[in-house]
Amino acid sequence: MQSIRKHFFFPLFLSSLLGISVPALAQTDSTDDLSNMLAESSGKAPKDYVYASFKTTRLINGHSIEQTGKGILDFKISHRFSTMSGGVHDFFGLDGATIRLGLDYGITKDITVGIGRSSLYKEYDGFVNARILRQTKNDDMPITLSYVGGMSITSLESSKLLGRSLVSPEKYPFSNRLYFFNQLLIARKFNNLFTLQLMPTHVHYNFVNTDSEPNDIFALGAGGRIKLNRRVSLNLEYYYQFNQLTGTSNSLSAGFDIETGGHVFQLHFTNSMGMTERTFIGQTTDKWSDGGFRFGFNIARVFTIVKPKEFSKSGEKNW
Amino acid sequence: MKIVLLFSALIMGINISTSAQKHITRSGRVSFNATSAKSSEKIEAINNEAAAAINTSTSDVVFQVPIKSFKFENALMQEHFNENYMESDKFPKADFKGKYSSTQALTKDGTYNATVNGNLTIHGVSKEVQIPGIIIIKGTEITLNATFTVKLADYKVAIPNVVSDKVGKESVIKINCILKKA
Repeated sequence: MQSIRKHFFFPLFLSSLLGISVPALAQTDSTDDLSNMLAESSGKAPKDYVYASFKTTRLINGHSIEQTGKGILDFKISHRFSTMSGGVHDFFGLDGATIRLGLDYGITKDITVGIGRSSLYKEYDGFVNARILRQTKNDDMPITLSYVGGMSITSLESSKLLGRSLVSPEKYPFSNRLYFFNQLLIARKFNNLFTLQLMPTHVHYNFVNTDSEPNDIFALGAGGRIKLNRRVSLNLEYYYQFNQLTGTSNSLSAGFDIETGGHVFQLHFTNSMGMTERTFIGQTTDKWSDGGFRFGFNIARVFTIVKPKEFSKSGEKNW
Repeated sequence: MKIVLLFSALIMGINISTSAQKHITRSGRVSFNATSAKSSEKIEAINNEAAAAINTSTSDVVFQVPIKSFKFENALMQEHFNENYMESDKFPKADFKGKYSSTQALTKDGTYNATVNGNLTIHGVSKEVQIPGIIIIKGTEITLNATFTVKLADYKVAIPNVVSDKVGKESVIKINCILKKA
C-alpha cells in the first residue's frame, strides 16, 4: 500500500513541476522562443498564387494571361516592318512600317481593358481581358484561365474595302467594317524557366469577300516562353486555323522579352503584319518559307493612375 | 525536505512565468526606399504584414518580414522586385533576431532610446548588425520604431547595369511596429 501511494504521487508532482517550469525555461532560451511564437499559424494563410508566368501582357502579337494591374495604365507602342524578303532595297523591311498605339488599363487585379489604333486598315480596337482562374503554387489550381474578347472597326475609305465592287461606296454598310473575337487563354507556369499557353480562338468577320469564305474562323493558338536568364526570355507563338480565308497562312512568331528595370521590350520576328486578332490570326498572308517574315517590336510605358492603398493616404509615410 | 525543495521550485517557476513580458504583432509596418539620388523614379515599397515579437524580460527581439507583401506603386516593379532582385520564391522572408539594450530599464510607460544587436537576414544572407531605435511603452502596447540603411551589395542583391542609375546602392529601411501583449 505504501509503495502504491508513492508511485501515485510522484508523477503528479513531476508533471506539475514540468508544466510550470517549461515556460520559465523557455524564456532563458534565446530568440528561438519568439521565433516559434511568430511561426505559429496566425489563422488561414492567404493563397499563394504563381506570378510572373510571362514578363508582360502580350505573348508576342496576342494576349498573355498576365494582367496590367489595378490602377495601372500601360501605353503600348508596337511596330511591324515589311518582310525581310525585300532585301537591301527595302533595308530588310525597315522602310515599311505599320504601327499600333494602345492604352491598356487595369480596372481590378483580374480585369484589364484596352483600346488601340492601328495604321494597318486604319483600325480601332477594344478588348477585355478577364482572369477567371489563377494558378496556385501548391497546384490546388494547376492553370490560369482568362477570357479575352474584343472588337475592331476599320475606318478605311470604303473604296478601299473588301466588297467594294458589290455596292457603291455611299451605300457601304457600317456593319461591314466590324470584326469580333473571343479567346480563352489557358496557361501553366511549369517552373521558373518554362510557361506554356494555349489559346482557342474564334474570330468573326461581319463581311468577307466571297460566299465560299467563312465568316467565323476557329483557331487554336499555342505559345510559351523559356527564360534564358533573369531578364531575357525567348517567346514563341503560333496560331493554327481550322478554317481560313482564301490566301492566308497561319501566324508564327518568335521573339525575345527583355526586361530593363520596370520596362519590358519585346523584339520579334513574325509573318503577321497586323496587330489585332482578326488581322494576325485570320488575315496573315506572308509565309516564313518564302522569306515572308518581318522584324517587329512592342515597347511599353506604365503609369500608376490609382495608387495602391498603402500609398494613398498622404503623410502616412512620415511617422 | 524533498517536498519543500520541490515546492519552492514550483513557486519560483510561477514567479518567473508571471514576469514574462512578451508582446507580438503580425501587422507591423516596414518600408524601404532605394531610390537613387540621381533618379526621379521612386523605388519604394510598404509592407504592412511584418511580424515582430519582443520579450522584455530577456531583451529578445525578433522580426519576420514576408518579402512578397511589399507593395509598390508600380505593379511591374513589384513583380521584378520579387522575381529578379529578392528572389522571393527562394527567400520568402527577411528576418532579424537579436537583443535590445537600453540605458534605462523599460519598466514604466515612456519613450526609450535603444540599440538592437543581432543577425539581419535578407535575400538569404545573414549579417550581424547594430541598429538604433526607439521603444515606446504605453499601457499594454509596445511600439518599435527604427530607421536604418543597408547596402544592397552586402546582401547580394544584384543591380544590373541598365538600372544602376535608378536603383540606389543603399536602401533606407523604416520600421514601425505596434506590439500587443501576448
